[in-house]
Amino acid sequence: MDTFDLVIIGAGPGGYVAAIRAAQLGLKTALVEKRSTLGGTCLNVGCIPSKALLHLSAQFAFVADEKAAAAAGIKTKEVSLDLAALMKRKNAMVGGLVKGVGTLVEKRGVEVVRGTGRLGGDNKVVVKPEDGGDEVRLAAKAILLATGSVPVELPFLKFDGKTVISSDHAIALDKVPEELVVVGAGAIGLELGSVWARLGSKVTVVEMLPRIAAGFDEEVARHLQRSLGRQGLTFELAAKVTGLNAAKGKKKAVLTAERDDQKLTFPADQVLVAVGRRPATRDLGLEDAGVELDDNGRIKTNTTFQTTAKGIYAIGDLIAGPMLAHKGEEEGVAVAEILAGKPGEVDHNLVPNVVYTEPEAASVGLTEAAAKEKGLDVRIGKFSFGANGRAIATGATEGFAKVVADAKTDRILGVHLLGHHTSELIAEAVAHMTYGGSAEDLGRTIHAHPTLSEALKEAGLAVSKSAIHAL
Amino acid sequence: MAIEVKVPSLGESISSGILASWKVKDGDAIDRDQVLYELETDKITSEGIAESAGTISLKVEEGAEVEVGQVVAVIDPDGNGKADSSSARAKDKKMDGEDDKSKASSKSEDEEPSDSSDKKSTDEEKPSSRHKSSDTSESAEPSGATDQATALPPSVRRLAAESGVDPSSVEGSGKGGRVTKGDMLAAIEKQEKAEEDEKSRSREKQAADKDDAPASERDAPKPSQAPADERESRRKLSPLRQKVAQRLVSSQQQMATLTTFNEVDMTAVRTLRARHQEDFTARHGIKLGFMSFFIKAVVQALQAVPALNARIEGDTLVEQRYYDIGVAVSTDRGLMVPVVRDCDQLSFAAIEERLAAFAKKAREGKITLDDLQGGVFTISNGGVFGSLLSTPIINPPQSGILGMHTIQDRPVAVDGKVEIRPMMYLALTYDHRLVDGREAVTFLGHVKRAVEDPARLLFGL
Repeated sequence: MDTFDLVIIGAGPGGYVAAIRAAQLGLKTALVEKRSTLGGTCLNVGCIPSKALLHLSAQFAFVADEKAAAAAGIKTKEVSLDLAALMKRKNAMVGGLVKGVGTLVEKRGVEVVRGTGRLGGDNKVVVKPEDGGDEVRLAAKAILLATGSVPVELPFLKFDGKTVISSDHAIALDKVPEELVVVGAGAIGLELGSVWARLGSKVTVVEMLPRIAAGFDEEVARHLQRSLGRQGLTFELAAKVTGLNAAKGKKKAVLTAERDDQKLTFPADQVLVAVGRRPATRDLGLEDAGVELDDNGRIKTNTTFQTTAKGIYAIGDLIAGPMLAHKGEEEGVAVAEILAGKPGEVDHNLVPNVVYTEPEAASVGLTEAAAKEKGLDVRIGKFSFGANGRAIATGATEGFAKVVADAKTDRILGVHLLGHHTSELIAEAVAHMTYGGSAEDLGRTIHAHPTLSEALKEAGLAVSKSAIHAL
Repeated sequence: MAIEVKVPSLGESISSGILASWKVKDGDAIDRDQVLYELETDKITSEGIAESAGTISLKVEEGAEVEVGQVVAVIDPDGNGKADSSSARAKDKKMDGEDDKSKASSKSEDEEPSDSSDKKSTDEEKPSSRHKSSDTSESAEPSGATDQATALPPSVRRLAAESGVDPSSVEGSGKGGRVTKGDMLAAIEKQEKAEEDEKSRSREKQAADKDDAPASERDAPKPSQAPADERESRRKLSPLRQKVAQRLVSSQQQMATLTTFNEVDMTAVRTLRARHQEDFTARHGIKLGFMSFFIKAVVQALQAVPALNARIEGDTLVEQRYYDIGVAVSTDRGLMVPVVRDCDQLSFAAIEERLAAFAKKAREGKITLDDLQGGVFTISNGGVFGSLLSTPIINPPQSGILGMHTIQDRPVAVDGKVEIRPMMYLALTYDHRLVDGREAVTFLGHVKRAVEDPARLLFGL
């Protein structure tokens, strides 16, 4: 039996990126994956299909809104939705991408092993093929766990794939639900809620917290909530879901909840439970291998991503930190580099976070509230997209850019954006912060005109009250 | 094809130097073998020579620290003087159908006017005023920051221009040691505080000096802008002096130095010199000095006490089996220590010849780096300036230095009688990390005995 330098369990963004980087660095690498395609949750049923649906549903919503279309000079007549065609298009987008990743990985000389992997003790990974064939044992000098996460199931709202669904199902419905109730106002709930609202559902978002988009700047969240409200989403905040009364004959299922002892009921064709994800640690053989979990059920790792078991590493959603694909990717690169004897590292303070609604919320670093909580003296610069030329010319004047800077050193501590395509703008903020940039540096960086990114520049200037296009 | 001007190898222990001054200006047309720049290391100043004719473009600023092998300029052999104007003209001519040859001959015509105007601006424009130069419309340079400066964030460039704090002197906290705005603000604050302190000191002094202090106090200009005070003047240390300072301090800090003393009766050397000087000069064409006696005595002492002919490299002891002795000479540029090689194999005459050659080279400023490399031990003669006694500082990585001093007639006890003898104090500073006190004292005793009775040198005693 060949011994691999590195065997990776899970071919999501963390795992497959680690595999490619390891192969680049000359490590003999195997990648174990139970799905028939690589890319994990993100590419197959997560980030990518949801982005495809957001794009396709926005196109439909635009032409379906007769008034908006007419104002743009588009005459429409009896616009209707072909959901099957839309889903086919989405599947083609996803299919092309996962195929490309498969090619990349294989051309790098990574050995892809199909099946469900688990720790087999003695530096072995046991792979059980999905087709029921014989188990394969892979010997490894190092093992990387990258199995990601799965949707959290509520005990009183078990997924049945029909009425109670997870994000895995919500990206592949064959019918537009008349009434969709979304439990959880995080990124997944808001994005998929937006998709189905655009395609015609009456969407109600029920959230236990008194706000949406937890973790984002409060001002960003407030404006996003108002904006989504205008798009037809109804928010029921500070409401605790208590259960579901199943559908009976012609009567729809009813989700029950309570707020301040007041009972709430929401009739629903479908209930999307998007209250979070939990690390996929089950059936990995962690306990026998001596891999310990922390209080949140995440795998404990040290600064080099090594678990409590020697030679076994873990990254991404399995370990502490935000469950984001790009965080897992960077960790995958770092582990590969560390194993190759190089100084791999990830700056966990600079992981950007995005909600891909319209407008998009994008954020990195400390919020104003978090900075003040830390006792930091901060200065804030804000600039509205309403005063940005490109935003006006694009019909995307909603939102603003907000820069949080240290009052003394002017160093950028956080950037919070709400607006069209701000997921692309946030990268600039991350780059400035990576190099220790100040708000002044951001403000003195030349931006193409007209672009949405100028709003970020102006927000940088606004920290010292010197924004050009604002009073 | 462009030719890179690189910092040449400066010898084994030197990996970097300071580009002290450019002798040409960016865009100048230069000739082969023209002097391009002056390079200073902690040991020597040397000149960089053009390997090819062409148009030069400078890649580093004056005063920059440069590494061996670093490209400091690029020469374009096809270049045609000042890039902007004349190359454009050359292009025009080419379009008119003129060949390369006529282009070359047009070079000198093109250059003359631009050359003189360039010179004027060079003289007036100090490198540090670069950022301000955008105000003066005459500057031919593109406005804003170029080359190295682009590596700095705009906020840092602005603060550098406003405050005069050099970002390269600030320790960076950003990624890869980059200087951030916060680092600059802290450095400026520190500088301002230092200036403030100095100001208050000078105020106190003024108050003490004068009665009408309160009136003049408010008008006291900032020290940096102050006209030269009559009581003191300020000028920046030359890079060479800064390096010397650094080395001396690091020698003191990194070694466990200790100095031991003895004295030597110079009667025998005097007598020998007096008796044989005429023949020696006639035979060898050079005078017999004191130094050759001491060098020979030191070689013999090193052979007797090898601990002093060794150095420490990290955790390794390196014992040397050769006798390259450095002799400190004072020059206009400061102290230099050329090395006389293989002194164990040299005659007195050969040593005197080498010393005379170094003295001449030093006067002419032509001592090369090779001349300064690799000594195992140094002799410093403070006696030429009249020093009676001193504790010399070791030249790392050597382990010892012998200090010679002035010869003074002193009463000494000889065979129970008081006699007047020409006496010299000797000092040996040694690195106590690898030389024991016993060895140091023994070494100095060997030197003393050999000088007092040079016949011992003859017999290897």
